[in-house]
Amino acid sequence: MSCYTLFIINKAGGLIYKRDFSADAPKLSVNDQLRLVSTFHSMHAIAGRLSPVDPASGIDHIETNTFQLFCYQSLTGLKFLITSPAHTSGSLEHLLFKTYQLYSDFVLKNPFYELDMPIHCSQFDTNLDKLILGK
Amino acid sequence: MQSGSSGRPKRLQPLVDRPLSKGKGEVTLSAFGFLFSEMVQKCQNKARTVQELESRLCNYGEHVGVRVLELLTHREKGLKRETRLIPLLSFLTGSVWKTLFGRPADALERHTQNEDEYMITDKDPITNKFVSVPSDMGAFSCAAFVAGIIQGMISGADFVGIRFSCGCIWIWMEH
Repeated sequence: MSCYTLFIINKAGGLIYKRDFSADAPKLSVNDQLRLVSTFHSMHAIAGRLSPVDPASGIDHIETNTFQLFCYQSLTGLKFLITSPAHTSGSLEHLLFKTYQLYSDFVLKNPFYELDMPIHCSQFDTNLDKLILGK
Repeated sequence: MQSGSSGRPKRLQPLVDRPLSKGKGEVTLSAFGFLFSEMVQKCQNKARTVQELESRLCNYGEHVGVRVLELLTHREKGLKRETRLIPLLSFLTGSVWKTLFGRPADALERHTQNEDEYMITDKDPITNKFVSVPSDMGAFSCAAFVAGIIQGMISGADFVGIRFSCGCIWIWMEH
């Protein structure tokens, strides 16, 4: 599965992790990244409210002619976003779910990590590489 | 040392007369991961330097080690405690490791130069499985907890041990 970038957003809408998995991923400045992520966070909330169906989940999947974006929101309000090339067949949601499992293993059980802070855990990075690039 | 009371039902017998249970034997790795993470954070709040953190963690391990020695001696060896060093070390790397971590320790070696030194190696201690140590903490390893368990067991068995821990666990012992 080829992917461009993974973002993890905490429940306040702040970016806590960003990782590029491909050389084709667009290079964004730090400010742009933060702006992008907080915009997505607000859009996700608005989409949930606008939906005609009552228990609405917000944005799951955005498809454009240049890329696709998948979003998984955990029960704790954490969002996992992944962008991939336009013609990716199939959903990458299972990848996001596995990323959530890796997060709960290598970030939440790390005593040196503070909740809602940017993630700097080497074990999380190596296992994420194995998951996304090793596939 | 069987219960000396009359035929009362087990739950009415005094606590010290009841036979020692076999124990559950298994705990989920996640539960251990979270609990251990909280323990390390608690030590970190109290400690000011990395050395102090390591020694606090080791101290917690000692509490566990003393109790583990008593419990496993009772359960596995029929109340016969090891009094000689090498059988104790084999007990440690075999039964104790299996009970605590689900597998025997990877190696037990004697140091080539100093006859009094022994090394127990564990390539993948479960204490370090989910922990990523930040680079400013240097060579700190949460395996200090396991070193503490060993330290507690050795001193509980009345030997004199000096401990040191790193990524795999090495214990230098002199007696």
